[in-house]
Amino acid sequence: MKTIHEINIDNSSAVIDGKRIDTSRSGSQMLTELYRIYVNDYPKFFKMDILCKLGFIASELLLQAEGAPRFTDRADRADRAILFFNHSSSIQADKAFEETIRDRSDFFPSPSVFVYTLPNIVTGEIAIRNHYYGETNFIILNERDDERIRQVTEAAFTDPTTTSAIAGWIEAPDNHHFTAALKLITK
Amino acid sequence: MVDPMIVKIADNITSPLGFTTEENYQAVKRGDTRLQRFVNKWSLPEPFIASLFEEGTLESAFNHRVKATLPYTRFEQMALLSAIEAITRSGIDAASERCIFILSTTKGNISLLEQGVEGVPDDRLQLSETARAIARFFGNRAEPMVVSNACASGVCVQIVAMRYLESGRYDHAVVIGADIQSPFIVSGFASFKALSPTACQPFSENRMGLNLGEAAATMVLRRVDEAKGYWQLADGAIRNDAHHISSPSKAAEGSFRALEAVLRRCPLTEELAVINAHGTATLYNDEMEAKAIERAGLLAIPVNAYKGNYGHTMGAAGVLETILTMRGLDEGTILPTRGFDELGVSKPIRVTKECLTTDRQAFIKLISGFGGTNAALRCVKV
Repeated sequence: MKTIHEINIDNSSAVIDGKRIDTSRSGSQMLTELYRIYVNDYPKFFKMDILCKLGFIASELLLQAEGAPRFTDRADRADRAILFFNHSSSIQADKAFEETIRDRSDFFPSPSVFVYTLPNIVTGEIAIRNHYYGETNFIILNERDDERIRQVTEAAFTDPTTTSAIAGWIEAPDNHHFTAALKLITK
Repeated sequence: MVDPMIVKIADNITSPLGFTTEENYQAVKRGDTRLQRFVNKWSLPEPFIASLFEEGTLESAFNHRVKATLPYTRFEQMALLSAIEAITRSGIDAASERCIFILSTTKGNISLLEQGVEGVPDDRLQLSETARAIARFFGNRAEPMVVSNACASGVCVQIVAMRYLESGRYDHAVVIGADIQSPFIVSGFASFKALSPTACQPFSENRMGLNLGEAAATMVLRRVDEAKGYWQLADGAIRNDAHHISSPSKAAEGSFRALEAVLRRCPLTEELAVINAHGTATLYNDEMEAKAIERAGLLAIPVNAYKGNYGHTMGAAGVLETILTMRGLDEGTILPTRGFDELGVSKPIRVTKECLTTDRQAFIKLISGFGGTNAALRCVKV
């Protein structure tokens, strides 16, 4: 496996291939700032929960670094895999949904909140954005374990269709604390 | 040097239909279900139909079977009951550092958000903590993994385990699929208008949606050089629809691609006894699966689904349904599709109404879920 580009985002910084991207905000506001500057053509971003926003922005910056034509159905792109790992699953969305059902006399569960209580939704959001029909997978570990992530990613490349992947750690326990450490990897 | 093969050496299903694979198999063969209507359950405003353990039965089975020194949640008790039985049958040393636990669940201990369980630490809400509690019960110290790909988790977990064993790092994997029902999940699916007001009818003209269910299912997998006499996980693939986060692709793109992938090393599709579909009985899922089967050129192969027996058991479904299909084929039986009457999808798939007999020893398990995730697994007994 070969790492082509990598991105690291936390609640106050975004670093692509070791180079820091200028930002003035922090937390989820920083993700919105990055969206406005570097994306700005995908209003679905504003509907996403924090985990999806983080994964979306990280993948956008990673793919912009790749510099290849976007949104093509070329097989080497269309078969790209998305392999994510974290600790807290979709806890922020879980708490938000729980708030809508806690009081049975003020009961307002909404499908647009519930859907984000599944951690793998972020992999689907990125697949939809980029027309990726490859493998998507979400695995929960007790803590960030880069060796374990490498092993599972390497094992995913035994699928002969998979020749590249966006893979790594994506953790967002709440709107103010998050980490993404994603790599664009080829076989 | 032969390529290693991954085989299932033992299993268990723990569900409202029984506490062993055998009890479950006989029940499904007879067409049984524990689906029933609940009114005012958990003070939810709308009635719903689900397959739940009768109150207290899970807890009493657990207390009877296990002399536990630590408290466990209902979810963990169910998963442990299933794992204990499968591990005992396998004869493996589950505490070995060459054995890894891999859990498949969507919401695990989500009920802890609403109400704690005495003696259970709050952090067991985290899926990795509940997976650890389960692995530690058996004295296993290796870090477990949890596959959480919504409703597709139970097949994805088998694919992850298969590859991980192939890499040679572990000799055995204990794969546990489990989900308990709760106000959280029921109200979520209700908000999607996905729940059927009647017992679900997979692939039928009058299907009105899915029912939810709770269950745990465990497979003990082993890496071997010679698979003779065992069910082998021969090939698996996971593919995304790249279409919508909560509705399947009309062209069945992801499911078709997953099917196509598991057929690449299976030129003789006439060896397949059955396609065990997801068959949730929602309008869109069943239509999509029929389309995928047609696109893959598999219209001649019988199709069945077990949601009419169990409802949708979420993280358990893929594991449970794979085990049942294997058990059926062990005695040449293709199980019926409870709830199916008149075909209500646009492609002429051959859905089983009654038990069929076969001498074929191979099948494909299909599954799909939110997030656009689809998976296919081809299993063969040699």
